[in-house]
Amino acid sequence: MKSLKKISMLALLAALMVITAACGGGADKKDNAASKSGDTQELSGSLVVSGSSAMQPLVAAAAEEFMAENPKVDIQVNAGGSGTGLSQVSEGSVQIGNSDVFAEEKEGIPADQLVDHKVAVVGITAAVNPKVGIKDIKKEDLIKVFTGKITNWKELGGKDQKIVLVNRPDSSGTRAVFNKFALDGATPAEGITEDSSNTVKKIINETEGAVGYLAFSYFTDDSVTPLAIDGVEATEENVQSGKFPVWAYEHSYTKGEADGLAKAFLDYMMSDDIQNTLLKDQGYLPVTKMKVERDAEGNQKDIK
Amino acid sequence: MEKLLSAQERLLKSKRSRLGGEFRGKFFVILCAVIMISAAIAITIFLGTKGLQSFTKNGVSILEFLTSTKWNPTDKANPAYGVLPFIFGSFAVTFLAALIAAPLGIGGAIFMTEIAPSWGRKVLQPIVELLVGIPSVVYGFIGLTVLVPFIRENVGGLGFSLLSGMIVLAIMILPTITTIATDAMSSLPNHLREGSYALGATRWQTIRKVLVPAALPSLLTAIILGMARAFGEALAVQMVIGNVRDLPNSILDASATLTTIITLNMGHTTYGSVENNTLWSMGLILLIMSFAFILLIRYLSSRRKLR
Repeated sequence: MKSLKKISMLALLAALMVITAACGGGADKKDNAASKSGDTQELSGSLVVSGSSAMQPLVAAAAEEFMAENPKVDIQVNAGGSGTGLSQVSEGSVQIGNSDVFAEEKEGIPADQLVDHKVAVVGITAAVNPKVGIKDIKKEDLIKVFTGKITNWKELGGKDQKIVLVNRPDSSGTRAVFNKFALDGATPAEGITEDSSNTVKKIINETEGAVGYLAFSYFTDDSVTPLAIDGVEATEENVQSGKFPVWAYEHSYTKGEADGLAKAFLDYMMSDDIQNTLLKDQGYLPVTKMKVERDAEGNQKDIK
Repeated sequence: MEKLLSAQERLLKSKRSRLGGEFRGKFFVILCAVIMISAAIAITIFLGTKGLQSFTKNGVSILEFLTSTKWNPTDKANPAYGVLPFIFGSFAVTFLAALIAAPLGIGGAIFMTEIAPSWGRKVLQPIVELLVGIPSVVYGFIGLTVLVPFIRENVGGLGFSLLSGMIVLAIMILPTITTIATDAMSSLPNHLREGSYALGATRWQTIRKVLVPAALPSLLTAIILGMARAFGEALAVQMVIGNVRDLPNSILDASATLTTIITLNMGHTTYGSVENNTLWSMGLILLIMSFAFILLIRYLSSRRKLR
């Protein structure tokens, strides 16, 4: 009898835990200790960040350093995709939602309620298998390659190899940026579709004639060749000066103006310390050094 | 004091405590059942309402959804929501995987029960159990690093293909089929075998003409359970199938399944958008399919009882 009692108690406890976890999720994680007062006061409380899986390593690394400086602070950085981040921040279940794209570009997000914090810049370019033998491509040719009008690299002066496209999922931020700025909005033809940049890199490296697109941070070795577009090489300087067109902001969104811990953390992300060291280590470009800026419609202008 | 209780009181007391135990036990078991049932119903209702939203709220036509081969949800001017290629892909890998795994699994089961019941079982059983324990992501990873390059170099195509998907899935569902088929074969009454031998049949004739037909409904159940698992598998398939949105022309073409499209796009879409809702609709199709598989198994097992 006693053991039965114990078992039923355990089962009840387990059920209770499941229920509280399911209902509670996030709600009780809201900064329970307000830290709105002056800078001199020690920061404390907890912060939940979610969204873009591409940004997760960067934000998590920054959060770790931030927590080391402010031991009473607890920051959780979840991945899950830009859509998840934007949805969760607009319904208030997390304080910061990371996204690879402007909130305005995603359907069903109340962009006017969200405040954009551009924390980093990422450059993206086409990547080919090294054996293709091409290092520079005209934009119009690139569009023809990705829309399937050119099907062999020899038409562009490369090896006699069939072109194999490696795409990202329809809703991926990287795909959206690449389509908009590298392909001028053309819809790419069908090809292998993979979500993770590392898998894309692996496929391009292993498959003859493969072409895909990757963020600059993945060109660390010569297993894939980055393409220059219209003679402009895919380098940090060219992105910063606005010569290289394919780049995007990494956004951190808050619902309403950031306050308390969220503001402190976002300010920390924008500090020279993070922008000049951590960002570089992670393969991003500091947003503070950009000489051009861009709005949600993609219009680019110089910063005065 | 206890010892001084009269026999009547002792009996009453033990009865009372037994009744208490009866009640607690009953309560506990009913609670388990209620939780399970309500979870299943809640999931069905949730998936039903979510999955139908793309048709009721976003005005996607069901006919277009199920029969069109064009899938282009992000095209703002002219979005297309046809999931036929993914439905086809799901069915294709599932049936092809069953085509490989069924003979292997049933053959293994016959080997374990009829040919070498003692040592065959001792060797094969742990191996089959080992296969169950390997997580699907590991199958996918092995498929991606070993199988895909192998097919690319030796068979042709890109390596990312229906063929790779079906091989990975076949290995994954093999344990399910083998285990259930083994149980089915070993639960056959011995007089079937003895009767057959008495009539002068050889071992092979006994297996082929008597035992396999007798166990057929259970063997089919084993295959269908394996297929249900294959139909719902996402991760391993996603890594090797290539996720192309067109209908495949051959077994060496890359393809996509319902599950791989859901996992690929889930995180990028925002809650409540048409794209997100169409992903839910695909989830609903998967649920309906698993109901269909269960109904089929029910039908088969009712046939078995009639015999």
